[in-house]
Amino acid sequence: MKRHFRELSVAGALALLLIAMALWAPKFFDPQPLLTRLTGQMAPTLVVACGMTLVIIARQIDISVGSQFAICGVCGGLLLNHGVPVVVAMLAAVLLGALLGAFNGALVAGLGLPSIVVTLATMVTWREALRWQRSGVFVDIGPAQWFGLGQAAGQWTILIGAVALMVALALAMKHLAAGRFCYAVGTDAEAARLAGIPPRGVTFAAFVFLGALTGLAAMLAAVQSPQVDPGAGGGLELRTIAAVVVGGVSISGGRGNLWGVLAGLLLLSSISPALTYMGVEAYWEKAIQGTIILLAVVADGWRNRKQNH
Amino acid sequence: MSVDELPLLRLSRIAKSFGAVRALKGVSLDLRAGEVHALLGENGAGKSTLIKVITGAHQPDEGTIELAGERVEKLNPASAHGLGIACIYQQPALFPDLTVAENIGLRLERAAKLARVNWAGRRTRAAQLLQRIGAAISPDAEVRSLSMPEQQLVEIACALGAGARIVIMDEPTASLTQKEQHLLFAVVRDLRASGVGVIYISHRLEEIFALADRVTVLRDGESVGLRVVDRAGDRPAAPEAAGRRVGDNAPHLTESELIRLMVGREVTSLYPPGGAAPGGEVLVLRGVGCAVSGLHGVNLEVRAGEVVALAGLVGAGRTELARVLFGLTPADAGEIVLNGARVTIHSPQEAVASGIAYVPEDRRRHGVILEMPIAQNMTMAVHPSLFPRAWLRFGAEWKLADGYIRDLAVKCAGPEAPAGSLSGGNQQKVALARWLATKPKLLILDEPTQGVDVGAKSEIHKLIRRLAQEGMAVLMISSDLPEALGMGDRIGVMRGGTLVAMLPGGSDAHTVMAAALGQNEKGAAA
Repeated sequence: MKRHFRELSVAGALALLLIAMALWAPKFFDPQPLLTRLTGQMAPTLVVACGMTLVIIARQIDISVGSQFAICGVCGGLLLNHGVPVVVAMLAAVLLGALLGAFNGALVAGLGLPSIVVTLATMVTWREALRWQRSGVFVDIGPAQWFGLGQAAGQWTILIGAVALMVALALAMKHLAAGRFCYAVGTDAEAARLAGIPPRGVTFAAFVFLGALTGLAAMLAAVQSPQVDPGAGGGLELRTIAAVVVGGVSISGGRGNLWGVLAGLLLLSSISPALTYMGVEAYWEKAIQGTIILLAVVADGWRNRKQNH
Repeated sequence: MSVDELPLLRLSRIAKSFGAVRALKGVSLDLRAGEVHALLGENGAGKSTLIKVITGAHQPDEGTIELAGERVEKLNPASAHGLGIACIYQQPALFPDLTVAENIGLRLERAAKLARVNWAGRRTRAAQLLQRIGAAISPDAEVRSLSMPEQQLVEIACALGAGARIVIMDEPTASLTQKEQHLLFAVVRDLRASGVGVIYISHRLEEIFALADRVTVLRDGESVGLRVVDRAGDRPAAPEAAGRRVGDNAPHLTESELIRLMVGREVTSLYPPGGAAPGGEVLVLRGVGCAVSGLHGVNLEVRAGEVVALAGLVGAGRTELARVLFGLTPADAGEIVLNGARVTIHSPQEAVASGIAYVPEDRRRHGVILEMPIAQNMTMAVHPSLFPRAWLRFGAEWKLADGYIRDLAVKCAGPEAPAGSLSGGNQQKVALARWLATKPKLLILDEPTQGVDVGAKSEIHKLIRRLAQEGMAVLMISSDLPEALGMGDRIGVMRGGTLVAMLPGGSDAHTVMAAALGQNEKGAAA
């Protein structure tokens, strides 16, 4: 109980919000708009947030995920456009994402450069490269929309797929040696090295993994409309990092888990529709999200101070 | 005793404790104008604490400080600076990206924050100060481009510019070449001639004999002796020196006596008895060197069932050697033979795979991960063997941790307690357990009982002895001389990045210290 206080408090806040909605705006739970909301924004963000959690636990950060997302979406879309089977296109997008992640990882782990600067550079570079190459033209994917399954089945596939992936990863982080290495490196890289764990290898792997998941998320988003938007993924890095931080993952590495991230993401992405259903002006959304993020960071800072004294 | 003049600085019965540790137990020292006063002592004798008291970084618990006859209360770093006390550390504390003139200006100028900088004046003053100490350094040079001794000269220039009357030098020659040393010595002699009092700390006896007028020896936080250096031979007709010695009743000294003063303590604590005859050679080093860590030509063998203690002063290269063996800074010369096979160790993973375990120094930082539970800390190095399919088996982990907790008598709330909740001695046991779990053939311990209380210390000693008896080869680095003497079946002594002597167990402290200090009378070297 005490150990998971941070995660539980986020889940509690989410529960309060949902109860309030059930009491005052039950339309919030209307199935079809709810499903569309969950698959449209939340599912791809959740997949990216899974990878981001790993990277942040390993005491790094990647702000280039939005640009990776756009590139993978467009490339996967082009393959679909040329009639490549959906599965192959998705694998290709995942692989491309892994390559983009490997580029960041090599610079950060190999050369020891600060990840915020490296990924700031790649964020801008990839985005501009895509703009130059595609000049903002949308990619038509035609019959591949919803994997060719139809809307309802497609939506359920995406939602269940994303949540299943998150659950599997949450278990892996706890039960696989690799997950523990991630925590060890994020807590104290030098101590991990002295224990025979290669911190650079772990860091590199985390970036590759995040890239691969970003590629997957891009395809989950791409198949939801008949055309892929080359400008997709704008602000994705902020949404995922916010969810991860609100979910109780320490930005200084080594602490947190995916269950908290799920609760954090649900909480943050429920604000906007909640306001709409309550009839409050939508301007408040960002302010409330910002407040939640600040609260989370302050709570972590306060806890750290208490531990160090 | 006749009083010539008031000493520049007089410390009387200074005491300072940190928690239960009494770092200084009543040290007295006086420094005269125009003298070089050497401060000598083993690791942990209290030299650094004493310096920090003089520079105002620490407040003494007891005792008085007098400057030119006036008692000073509540010295702090700023007021010490204002009273003309300057300290030059081994690693100069300059801003590497600024020029020499800018660095000197930052130290000496006390202008308003928004006042315009007088660049010309700053530069001229820097040039004058540098010229005064005979340093051929351009004021416009970036500090980054200067060599270590040049940076020290800049520090000295700062000290002079601040009008320092008392200059403390903490092992200034530790990283200097022979030629650079002579340059520095000349500057120190100039300082002395101009009436500055210099407190000079060094482990190198030959420097003390070449430079110092008097020596104070510290041992276990006490000043155990004040001696006058007899330098009649190399400074024949120095009238001021002769004058200074008038009225001095401190006895004259020899190298041998200095060493006796430093180690005079008897080995009182009990150590478990040594093992039986050692087995075959587990580790053999032939001419091992590593340029980045300053090691060269290390020859050493460690046999199964024996504890080889590595003694030496701080900076002699002992931790560096351990890091080479563990692949943290791989060797670039010589050969390492492990169990009869020549090996190259490029990474800790390779070291672990070859059966080497390393419990590092400074356990609070890197020996264990404080935030992680004891159990996870203990299994950290055995993942591949404990969890062959990558899937963690918490039952097996618990069992292993519980076994070591009982075996090593770790006092804790249970395997799930974070390592940070334990006392120092118990954290050390957790660090040990992690490596015992790898079933190493060679166990390297770096200061295994540093900061550990007396009871836990003796438990750790017994444990080390037991491991050796079970056939492990143990290489134990210890700066605690009685510990090295009591635990080592053989005692290797390092100095200046290489092994200079291998002494049999039961050697006396005097012999070990003589080798560590590089005393070259009566053939103590290998």
